[in-house]
Amino acid sequence: MSIKTVPQDMLKAVIEGFGRDRANLIPMLQRLQEHLGFISPQAVAAAAERLGLSESTVYSVASFYTQFRFKPVGRNIIKACRGTACHVGGGERILSELERQLGIKPGETTSDLEYTLDTVACIGACALAPVVLINDEIYGRTSTSRILDAVARQKKAGVSCACRP
Amino acid sequence: MPPVTNFTALQAESKADWQTLIQSQTPHILIGTATCGKVSGAMSILDAIGMTLDKLGLKATVTQVGCFGMCYAEPVMDIALPGMPRISYGFMTPQKAGQIIEDYIINGNPRPELALCTIGQGKVEGIPTFEEMPMLKGQIRIALRNCGHINPLRIGHYIARGGYAGLYRALSQLTPQQVIDEITTSGLRGRGGAGFPTGQKWQFCRDAKSTTKYVICNADEGDPGAFMDRSILEGDPHSVIEGIIIAAYAIGAAEGYLYVRAEYPLAVSTVKHAIDQARQHSLLGRNILGSGFDFNIHVKEGAGAFVCGEETALIASIEGKRGIPRSRPPFPAVSGLWGKPTNINNVKTLAMASYILDNNAATFESLGTEKSKGTCVFALAGNIRHMGLIEVAMGTPLKEVIYGIGGGIPKNKSLKAVQIGGPSGGCLPADMSHIGLDYESLVQSGAIMGSGGMIAMDESNCMVDVARYFLSFVQAESCGKCTPCRLGTRQMLNILERITRGDGRLEDIPLLESLARVIKSTSLCALGGTSPNPVLTTLRYFRDEYEAHIVEKRCPAGVCKALISYTIVNQKCNGCKLCVKACPAQAITFAGKRQPVLLNEKLCNRCGICLDVCKLDAVAVS
Ligand SMILES: Cc1cc2nc3c(=O)[nH]c(=O)nc-3n(C[C@H](O)[C@H](O)[C@H](O)COP(=O)(O)O)c2cc1C
Ligand code: SF4
Ligand code: SF4
Ligand code: FES
Repeated sequence: MSIKTVPQDMLKAVIEGFGRDRANLIPMLQRLQEHLGFISPQAVAAAAERLGLSESTVYSVASFYTQFRFKPVGRNIIKACRGTACHVGGGERILSELERQLGIKPGETTSDLEYTLDTVACIGACALAPVVLINDEIYGRTSTSRILDAVARQKKAGVSCACRP
Repeated sequence: MPPVTNFTALQAESKADWQTLIQSQTPHILIGTATCGKVSGAMSILDAIGMTLDKLGLKATVTQVGCFGMCYAEPVMDIALPGMPRISYGFMTPQKAGQIIEDYIINGNPRPELALCTIGQGKVEGIPTFEEMPMLKGQIRIALRNCGHINPLRIGHYIARGGYAGLYRALSQLTPQQVIDEITTSGLRGRGGAGFPTGQKWQFCRDAKSTTKYVICNADEGDPGAFMDRSILEGDPHSVIEGIIIAAYAIGAAEGYLYVRAEYPLAVSTVKHAIDQARQHSLLGRNILGSGFDFNIHVKEGAGAFVCGEETALIASIEGKRGIPRSRPPFPAVSGLWGKPTNINNVKTLAMASYILDNNAATFESLGTEKSKGTCVFALAGNIRHMGLIEVAMGTPLKEVIYGIGGGIPKNKSLKAVQIGGPSGGCLPADMSHIGLDYESLVQSGAIMGSGGMIAMDESNCMVDVARYFLSFVQAESCGKCTPCRLGTRQMLNILERITRGDGRLEDIPLLESLARVIKSTSLCALGGTSPNPVLTTLRYFRDEYEAHIVEKRCPAGVCKALISYTIVNQKCNGCKLCVKACPAQAITFAGKRQPVLLNEKLCNRCGICLDVCKLDAVAVS
């Protein structure tokens, strides 16, 4: 299992770093996600309490923004850029092959919690399109085969393999 | 007006340091470590530089700079030796970088065959100068004036090159009204999309009655395919910060926000660092430079919603709400952030404002066309040789940018279309490339300037697919508040998807056109209002491609999966098996040594991996 178990006091520490001002809601959610990997129900409740908002208000704001997730993420996060330059350079082909190989759609996580597949609107490295992020590493001027190889290499280093041997 | 202190001393000190740096007797090595550089491996080049210097026992100053604009050649390393112009080397690898350092610095051989160009006074045999380099010829750099020249983390570098002099001039010599007048005279128009006169916008906000006012810098840069704001923030953050402070002084704001997307982590950290530095030098905070003017900037990170680039949505987002636009009026200049008068400007607009205050309005005003003054910045991407960042005078013909600066289309292909202005823009066909790049000409053509993303497309791009792509983007990004945008774009997308699947009908074309009209005229914000533009321009200029999909069930460019098939060109294939190993569907089988492989169309999932891996061009799409 890769979900970090976060002590309650860490959650508290993050939240208490912010003043009781609604304008802090999004930055607070961003920091929470940084620590937890996702926005858990406890995080929503804590944020709501701190800012004097209802939990549904917090959910409604958080769910509006694509950055926030509400489910645990995989050990590896793969993000395919779906920007124009990447599209023109074949990015959609890379994404659909990743979907096929991992057996999940963007936004989903493999059942072994190994991979989360996602898209990003554009990471601003369009001159190096197509671009894919694997965790924090950006692969530029890439291709489907290179990305699948990189995923396979990670697999080798890690646990079982859903994609290529 | 209280006297403004200390700045001249700071400036003199910065200039002296800068002179020492550029005239030093030790070699100066510069390496571009903006995002594009990093993605291409700049950090491993930086390590290689360090190791080589150690190994050779050489002393050199190594400076990390932003992106000079030649992203296609990244990683780029420059070397300046005493008395010589700076030489730029592209396509670096750690080995090459180490070798060049040894060859040039120790043995005096500048390796002209590996160089891109020289920058600065003087000439090196066999290397074109900056002005002779096709990509740089014809560029006039205002917003990009310091990108690639300075270390963005060093405020002194910016000051030495004229930075904060505009702010100093404003605070020490000009009243807020005079600042606005100067911006108005310059003819500066907003570079974030709509092209609204900046001076007028500042004036509205200044005239609004309220003691509390805000300035916001819109660095959301949601347009996919655009990366100029990122480059400026990463390469020259102070030019933007200075612009924000000048705007704040002009309209009378004590607080400002810089809203930057979280997808740009390097830009976020660079900007935060710059703000701290500005504060340390009394350029920000209480009593700026002793003038009595107080001003502070907060950084807000976006959370991944394109619509938050829209002014009223951006304001809602800063307030901690869903980023949903609201109807205007009231305009933000009257009632913006927390109901107070608020001025919002784009990154480039502000970087240009600080230039104008330093260099006076006439220099800026003398560039460009009658109604579009100054320069415009474009991010060149797609199928073009010199991908990267450029800045040209307004009105420069599109073809000069594509063929001259951009170097034309690679792989012997020809230009099919240029997509300008992001999802709100349009696709111009190759035969429109005589048009000038200014607000008026672009609008007339059906595209818009937008924020300056420019994507070149060649024969291998399908225009119906591109239109479908943009609608799927808009559909995913619609905030959902108004029906025409939420459901209308869904409807258009369904039709386009059907056409690309080969199930299109001829009635679909007039249907798309009528939907476009309704969505354009009834959407609340410009996201919905401009979303039909890519469809309308492709219909206007590439109708035959729609017809090929609908009538002949054929995708002429070979893109739309349902309408294409992959085959092996038997004459070209040498049976190397690369594709056999790579094909994830096991659709290709090995037939024997030196014999063409066999592709089973039934198994093929049209992923195109064989096309990627084949070195002999033996895979064909039809
Ligand atoms: C959907 C939508 C997205 C936008 N995104 C941006 C953006 O990312 N950056 C930007 O500067 N302006 C963006 N704009 C335009 C802004 O609303 C606004 O006009 C601009 O920031 C004003 O600055 P300017 O006068 O300097 O151009 C967007 C507009 C719309 C409707
Ligand atoms: S046009 Fe679209 S994005 Fe704009 S307010 Fe309406 S639904 Fe939201
Ligand atoms: S990679 Fe190209 S040359 Fe090699 S077997 Fe496949 S089609 Fe033939
Ligand atoms: S389009 Fe993919 S990085 Fe910009």
